[in-house]
Amino acid sequence: MQFQLTKGDKIFNWVNIIIVSIFALLVLYPLLFVVFASLSDPRRIFDDVLLLWPKGFTLDGYKRVLGNSDIWMGFKNAAIYTVLGTAVNVVMTTLAAYPLSRRDFRGRHVITILFTFTMFFSGGLIPTYIVNQSLGIVNTAWVMIIPGAISVYNMIIMRTYFQQNIPLELEESAFIDGATDLQLLLKVVLPLSTPIIAVMMMFYGVGRWNSYFDAMIYLSDRELFPLQLILREILVQNQMGDSVNQTIMSANQSEVNALKQSIKYTVVVISSVPVLIFYPIVSKYFEKGIMVGAIKG
Amino acid sequence: MGRLVAKKHYANSKGQAVMRHKWLYIMMILPLASLIIWNYIPMYGVIIAFKDYSPAFGIWDSPWVAFSHFERFFNAFYFKDVIINTLRISLYSLLVGVPLPIILALMFNELRNKRFKSLVQTISYIPNFISVVIIVGMVMFFTSPVDGVINSIIQYFGGTSIDFIGNPNLFAHVFVWSGIWQSVGWGTLIYTAAMSGIPQDQYEAAAIEGASRLKCIWYITIPAIMPTIVICTILATGSVMSVGFEKVLLMQNDANLATSEVLSTYMYKAGILNAEYSFSAAVGLFNNLINFIVLYMVNKFAQKFSETSLW
Repeated sequence: MQFQLTKGDKIFNWVNIIIVSIFALLVLYPLLFVVFASLSDPRRIFDDVLLLWPKGFTLDGYKRVLGNSDIWMGFKNAAIYTVLGTAVNVVMTTLAAYPLSRRDFRGRHVITILFTFTMFFSGGLIPTYIVNQSLGIVNTAWVMIIPGAISVYNMIIMRTYFQQNIPLELEESAFIDGATDLQLLLKVVLPLSTPIIAVMMMFYGVGRWNSYFDAMIYLSDRELFPLQLILREILVQNQMGDSVNQTIMSANQSEVNALKQSIKYTVVVISSVPVLIFYPIVSKYFEKGIMVGAIKG
Repeated sequence: MGRLVAKKHYANSKGQAVMRHKWLYIMMILPLASLIIWNYIPMYGVIIAFKDYSPAFGIWDSPWVAFSHFERFFNAFYFKDVIINTLRISLYSLLVGVPLPIILALMFNELRNKRFKSLVQTISYIPNFISVVIIVGMVMFFTSPVDGVINSIIQYFGGTSIDFIGNPNLFAHVFVWSGIWQSVGWGTLIYTAAMSGIPQDQYEAAAIEGASRLKCIWYITIPAIMPTIVICTILATGSVMSVGFEKVLLMQNDANLATSEVLSTYMYKAGILNAEYSFSAAVGLFNNLINFIVLYMVNKFAQKFSETSLW
């Protein structure tokens, strides 16, 4: 519907568009900068105040990073933890969310309270550490996959989705046909729940791929390190690891610094590739997935 | 209608209803087991805060020491600094981080060009999906006194370069604003979802009455999203003592430690690095209790002054 715009409304529109555009540029530029810098000759990045396009285009940084065995190892480990961990997350969250979405499930109130209470109070870092220690999973891949199977917040979003989007009549008619609740979940509910499952896979998957803290406290064998721990060494602690150091040994000091900088830009880009691939596929589901009132138990 | 039929259909007696729905209970087994093992056993394990935990004895058989770990923490000479640092960073984060997504969501909502709107929204969500390690890495790229973009701009305009990460006075600013950069766009999503539920005819009626855009925002949009605002604010205040721990830890260095040591990083160092399990658990319990009390009070306050609250 189109209205006659008053002068004030027109000014309002333009001011709004300008501010939002500036905001979008402020968000976008740092990301573009890193991509451009990773493709640039590291000595020429700061020729002008702002880098607006790769300067002295080169793939040297990529060659060095992709030739680094630590990066590959981190990628492989992170992929394993992310795929298996996300599978555990999504299955467990569905198993909890579906019964709790059913109004005829006796005990749902007590169980819901048990779940939501953990959002507001937890044992904390050390008691959790002790639990994992006594389970004997510290410094194994299991500790990266099994604990933290359910995010209560995500579980409630999923429960609300089931409640609002699965027509009760469908469940009833399936019941009359003699279907069990398991068949109902697998054959009726899940096929109708693609958007929420996609959003859950994205949330959990990104969380797993991006996390470093659990890996840092629970893993000590380098062969188990996920990518984020390797990135932490390179980006935050400025340690390039032996394999990188060897490849840049030959150059002189200022060249070494420039190379290190270019390696940093490149690892940022490379490590974000998996997320960037999935992002556009899932992003259209975001608004459906996050529902208002989802928080209220 | 459907609801009534359903009730008659499957709830004859208690036992029958449970048996009929045995699969629902079987489904709950694994989630409940996970909840007990990783949430409730650690809650029980928190009693080591009142004990001298030693792995040889286990949680139950370690000797009780009452409040001695708490006393040691409260009397430690860094206690005050750690609390002040924690509050400074978290209150600053709340003050900026709670209203900005609301304002941005309102601005998005006023964009009339659908394609432009969805473009800026999509751009604004991206940083949320970047890992905290990379965010800190990028903060270091951009604030570096040697070759950072921000300093190159400052120098271009004739200023002198600033060591953002190494200066303890700037730590909170760098921490909070890099966090805003990452999460403000994503934070709008819940408000955008709330706004999409407002009936369009309210705006149409207001426009016919001659209400300006600002008036529409003030009298229609904001009241409609108020419940969401209240809930989000309560939840945000409920983690007041747990400032973005993983990020603080990455941004810490010897130069900024004076303002960057917060409760959770302190707990991490005592517990994981020095293996003082009981002392660290005591610090953690103190942290969680304060959070819980604040959450409880803010929720009470919300119950009193608005119609929305968590419980």
